[in-house]
Amino acid sequence: MPGGQPLLTVSRLNKWYGPLHVLRDVSLDVAAHERVAVCGPSGSGKSTLLRCLNGLEPHQSGRVIIDGTELAGAASALRLARREVGMVFQSFNLFPHMTALENCTLAPIWVRRMAPAEAEALALDYLARVHLSAHSHKYPSQLSGGEQQRVAIARALCMTPKIMLFDEPTSALDPEMIREVLDIIVDLADSGMTMICVTHEMSFARRVADRIVFMDRGEIVEQGTPDQMFDSPRSDRLRTFLRAGR
Amino acid sequence: MPIEGPRGSPADDLADALAATPAVAGTADRSPAENHFRRNVFLTWAALFALLAGLCYGLHLDFAYVAQKLPFLLGLKLAPDGFIQGAALTIFVTACSMFFALLVALLTALGRLSRNPVAFAVATFYASLFRGTPLLVQVLIIYLALPQIGIVLGALSSGLIALSLNYGAYLAETIRSGVMAVPAGQREAARALALPRWVIAWKVIAPQALRLIIPPAGALFVSMLKDSSLVSLLGLWELNFLAQSYARASYHYMEMLITAALIYWALSIGFELVQFRLERRFGKGVATWGRH
Repeated sequence: MPGGQPLLTVSRLNKWYGPLHVLRDVSLDVAAHERVAVCGPSGSGKSTLLRCLNGLEPHQSGRVIIDGTELAGAASALRLARREVGMVFQSFNLFPHMTALENCTLAPIWVRRMAPAEAEALALDYLARVHLSAHSHKYPSQLSGGEQQRVAIARALCMTPKIMLFDEPTSALDPEMIREVLDIIVDLADSGMTMICVTHEMSFARRVADRIVFMDRGEIVEQGTPDQMFDSPRSDRLRTFLRAGR
Repeated sequence: MPIEGPRGSPADDLADALAATPAVAGTADRSPAENHFRRNVFLTWAALFALLAGLCYGLHLDFAYVAQKLPFLLGLKLAPDGFIQGAALTIFVTACSMFFALLVALLTALGRLSRNPVAFAVATFYASLFRGTPLLVQVLIIYLALPQIGIVLGALSSGLIALSLNYGAYLAETIRSGVMAVPAGQREAARALALPRWVIAWKVIAPQALRLIIPPAGALFVSMLKDSSLVSLLGLWELNFLAQSYARASYHYMEMLITAALIYWALSIGFELVQFRLERRFGKGVATWGRH
């Protein structure tokens, strides 16, 4: 990390949906290799924050800087930043008309300008890492939810991003499938990937994250190490949230 | 079932189309119940067809006259002026109108999806005007009324313009609804992968939208094939025009009109087979609803 500069900087971010103020002066720095879990009640703005980090949602004021590129109006800057940011969605959002392999090779071929054979080799490598080598020629409709989410993770990794964003990656899964997806994310964390994960899985957050960010009503209420957040929460709002989660 | 490679033969397509099961797996692994269903569908169709044929035969029609005029109706012989006629002209008019309607519809659908108020207004105005007035009136305005203000168009161009503009308006709505029906998450996932806009449109949205657009668009084109008979009013020697003139000349209305109807029917079935193939091609990866 050159000069100790954070990989991701969010400063005084504000966002409104009409009259609704959904992000209030949110500031956040994420260093390379850092693993951040974002928790909070529904409607607290955590998914919106995540979606602002790769420009899926525009913000009205404040700055988002990813690896030196500021997400601003220009579409080219946005695309440049997005190349370095992988995103995994709650509802997978795999392309249903493409096989698992085709889902994974699309962006390397059209964005990284890789030769198809090279992209396939890369994709097969990542599909193997999510334990889906045997399913590479299946369509999403032929895969379980957990398998689809693992393909979605492989698809994002094929762009060799510098940061991975996870938006409640296990919320749409049956309980028996949550584990297989979380295991993959833990592997990824162990490999040193910088990641920000919005999650309701508190035990997972505690196990994997270096830092937990607690949001409520559009602002960051409190952040700290998992031990500090779980064992000695400072704010009433976090205490109430943790008690409700027990 | 005849087997001709993984894509199946036309006969197999017909059976598939009849039984309305775009089978993903092909012909190999059908359940006995499925085979039973398909056989009975086929037999019932054959029986109804035989009944219809018997009925026509029972009318004691002048089949020699039909045989004599059939090459003309089908368009196997050129018209006295050297131009194509009969079913060939019908197909020509339909194919040209399909092409132009598609162009007009794509532009109109883009306008309908646009945030530009002028583009949106132009698109909605055009669609409303041409959907809200009868095709027959449009044909006549273009051919008979426009010359009054000095715009004289030939019969063929008038027919093509009317059919293209009318069907373009309907097709635009079909295309727009197909594009809108692709879930927002697909566009988001594609944007998150930093894909350029045209790749998102061409590789992600279009194939999924086409799957939804093809069935209603196919129905529109079949209906256009039949509505092309309206241009007979302009004196174009297409299928319906020829059938009527032969019928009038020899008072063989039953023979000529039934023959024309059967030819239209056969052409429609051909269109539906093409549509069915396209549906199967763009249905990749989509679980289909079968009977259970």
